[in-house]
Amino acid sequence: MSAKTTQKLDEVTIRFAGDSGDGMQLTGTQFTNTTALLGNDLSTLPDYPAEIRAPQGTLFGVSGFQIHFGSREIHTPGDQCDVLVAMNAAALKVNLGSLVDGGAIIANTEGFNDKNLKLAGYTANPLKDRSLGKYQVYEVDISKLTALALQDMNLSSKIVDRSKNFFALGMMYWMYDRPVDSTLEWIQKKFANKPEIMEANTRVLKAGWNYGETTEIFTVRYLVGPAKLAPGKYRNITGNEATAWGLMAAARKANLDLFLGSYPITPASDILHELSIYKHFGVKTFQAEDEIAGVTSALGASFGGALGVTTTSGPGIALKTEALGLATMVELPLVVCNIQRGGPSTGLPTKTEQADLLQALYGRNGEAPIPVLAASTPADCFETVFEACRIAIKFMTPVIFLSDGYLGNGSEPWLIPDYDKMPDISPTFRTNPEGFLPYLRDEVTLSRPWAIPGTAGLEHRIGGLEKQHLTGNVSYDPQNHEMMIKLRADKVERIANDIPLAQVDGDAEGALIVAGWGSTYGAIRSAVSRIRDTGKKVSHVHLRYLNPLPKNLGEILYKFKNVLVPEINMGQLSKLLRAKYLVPTISLNKVQGLPFKAMEIENKIEEILKGSS
Amino acid sequence: MSTLVEEAIRANLAPEGKLTAKDFQSDQDVRWCPGCGDYSILAQTQRIMPDLGIPRHTMVFVSGIGCSSRFPYYMNMYGIHGIHGRATAIASGLKMARPDLSVWVVTGDGDGLSIGGNHLIHLLRRNLDIKVLLFNNQIYGLTKGQYSPTSETGKITKSTPYGSIDYPFNPASLALGSSATFVARTMDRDPKHMQTVLKRAAGHQGTSFVEIYQNCNVFNDGAFFPFTEKDSKEDNVVFLEHGKPLIFGKEKDKGIRLNGFTPEVVSLKDGKYSADDLLVHNEHDTTLSFILADMTYKPNLPRPIGIFLALTRPCYEREMQHQIQAAKEKRGDGDMKKLLNSGETWVIN
Ligand code: SF4
Repeated sequence: MSAKTTQKLDEVTIRFAGDSGDGMQLTGTQFTNTTALLGNDLSTLPDYPAEIRAPQGTLFGVSGFQIHFGSREIHTPGDQCDVLVAMNAAALKVNLGSLVDGGAIIANTEGFNDKNLKLAGYTANPLKDRSLGKYQVYEVDISKLTALALQDMNLSSKIVDRSKNFFALGMMYWMYDRPVDSTLEWIQKKFANKPEIMEANTRVLKAGWNYGETTEIFTVRYLVGPAKLAPGKYRNITGNEATAWGLMAAARKANLDLFLGSYPITPASDILHELSIYKHFGVKTFQAEDEIAGVTSALGASFGGALGVTTTSGPGIALKTEALGLATMVELPLVVCNIQRGGPSTGLPTKTEQADLLQALYGRNGEAPIPVLAASTPADCFETVFEACRIAIKFMTPVIFLSDGYLGNGSEPWLIPDYDKMPDISPTFRTNPEGFLPYLRDEVTLSRPWAIPGTAGLEHRIGGLEKQHLTGNVSYDPQNHEMMIKLRADKVERIANDIPLAQVDGDAEGALIVAGWGSTYGAIRSAVSRIRDTGKKVSHVHLRYLNPLPKNLGEILYKFKNVLVPEINMGQLSKLLRAKYLVPTISLNKVQGLPFKAMEIENKIEEILKGSS
Repeated sequence: MSTLVEEAIRANLAPEGKLTAKDFQSDQDVRWCPGCGDYSILAQTQRIMPDLGIPRHTMVFVSGIGCSSRFPYYMNMYGIHGIHGRATAIASGLKMARPDLSVWVVTGDGDGLSIGGNHLIHLLRRNLDIKVLLFNNQIYGLTKGQYSPTSETGKITKSTPYGSIDYPFNPASLALGSSATFVARTMDRDPKHMQTVLKRAAGHQGTSFVEIYQNCNVFNDGAFFPFTEKDSKEDNVVFLEHGKPLIFGKEKDKGIRLNGFTPEVVSLKDGKYSADDLLVHNEHDTTLSFILADMTYKPNLPRPIGIFLALTRPCYEREMQHQIQAAKEKRGDGDMKKLLNSGETWVIN
């Protein structure tokens, strides 16, 4: 055995990249779970092509999974990776740009044969032509080593090829000093009915680990100690899982049945999949014939006294628009989850974007204000969607919950909340016929009574035609129309009395505050803390509530010389803040289907601070 | 059903006593054009309601947009006037959430077959226990007279000054093609027949699809007169009755015989054919239902009116309920706290 040394690291970013059929997402997820169990803080970014099985070896068929983990707080999946595992030439070509100078490349040599090189557009093998001089390149014939490990098993070449990702995983486990146990357990469970595959994957995983241990090429092993996270019980969770569970928790705490009407769409479908599992929780999931049926069935369910929910992404919201107007008019609870993706039109289905904010706020005919909330991290989806449900029920209104592909598919360790301490959010169904009027409003919230079919004595009709104040009868009276528009707007405004004030991270006044919303949280947070590490001052306010905005937001912004608004769109929150508070915001925009790198925000902050000093 | 819903629907229960049609009339003024066929449909619906034995407060009428879709406002019960074409989808969600309710949809040829065609066919194949009344007047009334998906080819309207080049839907065939379990056709100007069909539709377990010929006296007056008026009706309509041969004509002297799979009119007068040679209607025969519905636009055949098909097939919302029940029995009632703490977790001290 060769002499091995160990080295301690605070944080590392690894990117697994290969063909979309190479199992990179699975490899990344396994590495993530093991890493979470070791107590590291972490953040992940899956990055896969829109095509389900793109042609092998091509640039557009490359699938990647990045994990950033460490013994310190981790807020983003990492601007650049320190290690790139490239299963073929195309994977190297696509991802080389995100590797730090001096970073490590672990290349599967078989993936750099003539055919693969040609498909990736290389005229010469980059592993041989010294073009990778500034990196540490480790050439490993993963395909061959995998085949060797399985040679006595008489498996088809397809099965052998499919297990090679476990070799790569085993090597990385060795390199970062992680045990193989939890993945072995997973293999045993997953392939319980396919003993051959179970055996093959087990052998290959161990072979990969042993290769790291025995081979000469790896001389250093890296140790990344556990992070100092708040004490408590943790699990790893993706944004879409957290959204599904948040909806379930809300329905339970509201004493209502959860009804999901949904049509499959990337990247929201996983919420439908997740909720479909929980029949024993009484969850009703309905895969509707289209987006419109998804939302209208949910509204029908709400009329019947369920918590009606629909999940989708931008193009689906476009189709649901008319129904959102109806929900505004009939004033029933409805929660609409938009897991945003790159637009317009079909856009970039598997890539992330925050460009549906103005659509959420204004994208309807007529004056139709709807409360809008946005989650800031994968785990935060749980609490934010719970809050969306609470508001929908209490204020008898549709609510839009915004997440995005980055949050939905990304994951992070989550301090499991104490379910018993979560608030009861039950509605009170109207049952007393005495003085009942369908549009008689609560004095404080302005919400109308929720009277469900089946309740004797409260029979009434609702609909999309303008309602007469109090009676809810159809009314074309001009004065009444204006009054109802104002009442509906006032109702949504009053939610501001029911939500927490915005909190500033950092000083309450100064040269610069960064105002963000949604999934830019991690990148802003990292950028801000790096700037503070250099002794400079910068504050951060992050918005969960986009409509209504927290009551103190204007006061907060006025105390700063500069307001920087980084967004994965062309400046939508920025427009809103300018319009509402007349503050000259500075926009930092990026619309590449990718999240911000902390560095990009950091540079902008530096630039502003320099200019204002 | 959640406990909150159960409590709410138990709250005011009191014996209703014997209701009359009047109890089903709401306090709203009916605003259809005088002479519109909708009045008769409303009256017949209200008339059969007391006999259905369904408590009034458990009934819900759902509609979309169009003249017909004002219907829920005139029924003294729960109702939603939705958006164009989506009544069937709203009703589906309501029925899934609340299988205990009696859910009715009122739609039209534009609402149900044009903008809402997709939801209609999917409702029919899923077979939720929902009653769909489709008022077919072969025209757009509310938008003031454009041709509809059931208008005949060549129809001159405001949007087709040179005549429509669309081929019309035959709603009954469309419903059968969507695997509907109950498909019927009746007419605004035949109250007795309509009442019979509506009662059968109400009693059917599954989606009932009832096409109702409805005269729009403002924009398409007389579209169905050959079938509805006294002097022409008998010769132009054959009433479908389960177990009975297809006989029609003023003198009951004509019948429908199957020549291979093709229906043809035969005379019962000349001694060549008797009632024994005729096609006998069977509501449970899917294949036959297609043949009968297909007679609809055939110029040499009478218009079939009545119940084309009545089958039993499990209802979607019941199956949904069964899956939930079975999952609860197998895995126990879901525990949110347990779920949050399940799977791979770790503790940091
Ligand atoms: S326009 Fe025609 S269908 Fe509409 S109410 Fe008038 S007569 Fe009836």
